[in-house]
Amino acid sequence: MTQAKFSRGLVPLSILSVVLVVGGFAMVFFYAPNEADQGFVQKIFYLHVPLAIVALIGFVAGGVYGIRFLRSGDRVHDLRSYVAIHVSLILAVGALITGSIWAKASWGHWWVWDEPTLVSFLIVFLLYACYQPLRFSIEDPERQARYAAVFAIVGGAFVPLNFMAVRAAESLVHPRVLSTTGGAMPGSMRLTFLVCLAGIALLFVTLVKYELTSKSATFALRALKRRMAGDDDWVPVRRSAAPQL
Amino acid sequence: MSARSTPTRVAVAALVRKDLRAELRTGDTLPAMALFSVSTFVLFHFGLDARSLEGDLAAGVFWVTMLFAAVLAVNRQFVAEREEGGFDGFLLAPVDRTSLFLAKAAVLFAFLVALQVVAVPAFAILLLEPSPGPGLPELIGLLLLADAGIAAVGTLVGALAVQTRAREVIVPLLVLPLMIPVVIAAARGTAPLWLEAGAAAVEGRWLLILGLYDLVFGLLAYAVFDYLLDE
Repeated sequence: MTQAKFSRGLVPLSILSVVLVVGGFAMVFFYAPNEADQGFVQKIFYLHVPLAIVALIGFVAGGVYGIRFLRSGDRVHDLRSYVAIHVSLILAVGALITGSIWAKASWGHWWVWDEPTLVSFLIVFLLYACYQPLRFSIEDPERQARYAAVFAIVGGAFVPLNFMAVRAAESLVHPRVLSTTGGAMPGSMRLTFLVCLAGIALLFVTLVKYELTSKSATFALRALKRRMAGDDDWVPVRRSAAPQL
Repeated sequence: MSARSTPTRVAVAALVRKDLRAELRTGDTLPAMALFSVSTFVLFHFGLDARSLEGDLAAGVFWVTMLFAAVLAVNRQFVAEREEGGFDGFLLAPVDRTSLFLAKAAVLFAFLVALQVVAVPAFAILLLEPSPGPGLPELIGLLLLADAGIAAVGTLVGALAVQTRAREVIVPLLVLPLMIPVVIAAARGTAPLWLEAGAAAVEGRWLLILGLYDLVFGLLAYAVFDYLLDE
């Protein structure tokens, strides 16, 4: 049963991600020093940057599962691709909101156009916001999966290219957190940041696993109901953007 | 591929000829694109309340208009295939499937070039303050590179959207974000050519970004296009 595969290790994983996220935020408030220039506001950085990084990796992962779906034809990969993009989209909303708050606090505006990372992130978000409408407007589930995979692959390739183009176009205001120079973060800040990044990444994995488990439980339930009702009385499920296994 | 199948080159040529002939006979797409561009220039004149434009603003207005005109063409691109059973006919033919992508992208590229033959002079007459003459070779280079990118991505999105129920909505929603790198590079590249003080040199990095975009999305679209055709 696919359900058992998805839910394996879910409890320890949930506990670990709660511990890491809570521990990370405890470090943000009690361990990491206030930044000299921006003061307390800068601490939103420990939430904003991990959210953005994990969301972008999630989008690319959706593309990778798209490739695996097209190569193998296994619908499980389509489900994984869908869930990865879905959860990334939620994290991306969080990253945009926290970024906007940070921009207001440190630059005085809710939105700063000469800020390549923020702008390219918005573009990527706008593109992926079309993922579900696209799925929803294709009725045939097999075709829906195939087309969504093509979209996910194109989107996954678009993410790095878009960042390059936007960065070339703008001046560099945004701090480079993980640049080659290390962003000149003192050790305690770097440690806090890495713990937060790991926490959000684990949170992402946990959420993805939860959604996969829930989806596959729904499918299993539907299959059981169908068997009980007999194939004659079976009412087809309503059209959905989510993949059907 | 079996030895009997038609070479891709022949198939692409046949498909391109078919599309160009259909366009010549019906005039479905190109006149609409040209008319749309001119109307948009007029709209910008009133919207911006400007008698003439130069530099960044001129380049932005021009490229955004070109992009919207391209969306019109992408919307129409596969409609005949779907409505008249062209997809079935194509899939029955013993040809490589990517030849459809190559042909459609080539036709879209040709449409865009033809559109710009009309739109650049129209823009120069209606809105552009400095003459586009001095920087013309560089402008042509930018136009061709950007058209190649628009053609590759546009064809992919066109094929993706034609099977959906909300084609007219899906095409712009997908094309516009995907085209932002093209607009950035093309508009920033064109801006110095249209300065009031006289054309300055185009920065090489914009050509590089356009070239890279064409390469990446051309290869990507070529690779995944097969999956958009139904068995």
